[in-house]
Amino acid sequence: MTEQGGTSLTGTHQPQVFAPWLDETAEPIVEFRGVTKKFGEFTAVDDVSLKIHSREFFALLGPSGCGKTTLLRMLAGFETPSAGKILVEGQDISAVPPNMRPINMMFQSYALFPHLTVAANIGFGLRRERKSNSKVKARTDEMLKLVQMEKFADRKPHQLSGGQRQRVALARALARNPKILLLDEPLGALDAKLREQTQFELMNIQEELGTTFVIVTHDQEEAMTVASRIGLMNHGDLAQVATPADIYENPNSRFVADFIGDVNLITGTAGESAQENGEAVVVFHPDGGQMNFNARSPDGIQPGTKCDLAVRPEKIHISPTKPESAANLLEGHVHDIAYAGNLSTYHVRLADGSIVKAQEANRQRLGNRDITWEDPVFLSWESGSAILLDR
Amino acid sequence: MNFRRALIIGLPYFWLLVFFLAPFLIVLKISLSDTAIAQPPYTPILDLSAGWQGIKDFVGGLDLESFTWLLQDSLYINAFLSSLKIAFISTFLTFLVGFPIAYGMARAPQGIRPLLVMAIILPFWTSFLIRVYAWIGILRTEGLLNQFLLWTGLISEPLQVMNTNIAVYIGIVYSYLPFMVLPIYSTLEKMDDSLLEAAIDLGCSRLKAFWLITLPLAAPGVIAGCFLVFIPAMGEFVIPDLLGGSSTLMMGKTLWIEFFSNRDWPVASAVAIILLLTLVVPIVLFQRQLERQQEASR
Ligand SMILES: Nc1ncnc2c1ncn2[C@@H]1O[C@H](COP(=O)(O)OP(=O)(O)OP(=O)(O)O)[C@@H](O)[C@H]1O
Ligand SMILES: [Mg+2]
Repeated sequence: MTEQGGTSLTGTHQPQVFAPWLDETAEPIVEFRGVTKKFGEFTAVDDVSLKIHSREFFALLGPSGCGKTTLLRMLAGFETPSAGKILVEGQDISAVPPNMRPINMMFQSYALFPHLTVAANIGFGLRRERKSNSKVKARTDEMLKLVQMEKFADRKPHQLSGGQRQRVALARALARNPKILLLDEPLGALDAKLREQTQFELMNIQEELGTTFVIVTHDQEEAMTVASRIGLMNHGDLAQVATPADIYENPNSRFVADFIGDVNLITGTAGESAQENGEAVVVFHPDGGQMNFNARSPDGIQPGTKCDLAVRPEKIHISPTKPESAANLLEGHVHDIAYAGNLSTYHVRLADGSIVKAQEANRQRLGNRDITWEDPVFLSWESGSAILLDR
Repeated sequence: MNFRRALIIGLPYFWLLVFFLAPFLIVLKISLSDTAIAQPPYTPILDLSAGWQGIKDFVGGLDLESFTWLLQDSLYINAFLSSLKIAFISTFLTFLVGFPIAYGMARAPQGIRPLLVMAIILPFWTSFLIRVYAWIGILRTEGLLNQFLLWTGLISEPLQVMNTNIAVYIGIVYSYLPFMVLPIYSTLEKMDDSLLEAAIDLGCSRLKAFWLITLPLAAPGVIAGCFLVFIPAMGEFVIPDLLGGSSTLMMGKTLWIEFFSNRDWPVASAVAIILLLTLVVPIVLFQRQLERQQEASR
């Protein structure tokens, strides 16, 4: 998963871009076709259509209760869709019981069998395939090695740490060599450091085995790190499906922009648009402001449309003096500074009382900073950094 | 302060001493005595007023005669073996009946589970004796069971259930069912549903998942339930007496007859001691199991 947006760093050597979703004719390994799931009157998943391709690391992201787990459980076969179809390699799998699907799941709670040893847990699925003892043993050993748990083969789950349990759960789910591995918040129980380490381990394992991974998470950073594509869900709907870079740079709605990372949203009206470098640059009139801004609009927008201007804090430049040539300029006072070690986020209060956040890397030590509380400051950004979001 | 600590630590021991050890020693002493037509009906009796000589006479009068008597008369050995057999079979039957009930309860919707537990405990609110008497009304030759079966035409002659071992099994299964159901229910209820889903996900059918996951995880509850039924069933007296009639031989009943009909207190006490010793083994095993369970659930 080294190539995500499809941009290569070296001009001469073009690495093979992994982007099967761009190919309209490619057959996806999983396809949801208008899948709806209702629990009584409540609609948990609402008419979702989605294609996931072989060898992808697909992340389902979204706020709590938006239907991520339900979508995953339908794919695993533990829930039946109320409407719509799920296809695996082109075959409708609604009639296939969960124990016959080429899919394995790593459970959020790990669901390790407490009465079995680590090795027996990993071998559990292999034994069901009526493999010979020696084959089961060989494969179990291979899996133990993959997750670096050889030394713990004879332990029971309750004798393991959280991180070790998580590895056993992963090894168990991978042992049967499934075509698709489902992971429901696999790293939820780990601390930040171990979590990051495990994310990279997961990516390595995924790359090594070439299995299609579908991971559920509500941690947007995790999704950005591991995924080839992210499907962002909201209230049972897919709000946007795109690569991490795309979903960050080109959110298609206020919800997406707000959910992924930090964003400043300014309400206003779209004005005239002009073409610039092959993209529409639109004049934006903020509500109650005298100054106009310029912003991108990837989908194009009609003049006079009520919309939001979204600009990420790290794209906003903060300075104590007025910049020479800035198309997009705001004036205010520093209200608050949030120090996060490598970064500082300045909360700047504008004349109308609203707050705009600007983020700067802390290249200098704290004491040498030239901006401090209540200083008058100027905020500016490039037109390409701001995007207009239809409401 | 020290006195209070001693009191707190000493109180349970004191309790054990008064309510277990002292009666036990009295029964043990009686079992080593001989019968006498007297009040109380055994000798020797400790006479402390005779001083040292009294104690010597007392100890000299004790012997193992009652125990050798138990071994010589096959009645007692048969009663013991029969008790063992009835306790085993009825424990197994209680398990067969109790497990599905516990399983059904644990699978029931969360909201109605307390109600179901209540329903299991509810019979305890009426006297045990009355409930056993009620079974006489059901099982006897002109009883409800036979009337019903005759009415349906399944049988043409009334069945002889009353006064057989079958009636004893029915009585024990009925009476001790809650002791089997509740521990099994509590282990099944704690079980994480995702374990079964994981097993199915890894290729098990539902039946196989039950066999490989549910049953092993319910084992501590099953073992606890079996002990809780087996131990009292072994010494059961009321049920074999009321439902089993004269043909049913059990330790508890033998003990009662020796004590009240024959007024042979030493032999009755010896029977009691033997019963206690045979039950110590399963009780110790049960305790060990409980400890292991607590260890595992930490
Ligand atoms: N078995 C069920 N019966 C009724 N409602 C359910 C059931 N399972 C899920 N829901 C509801 O469906 C919605 C989506 O649930 P789901 O578990 O898919 O959320 P999620 O996106 O995984 O959330 P989280 O991030 O908290 O795990 C929730 O509102 C939940 O209450
Ligand atoms: Mg969930």
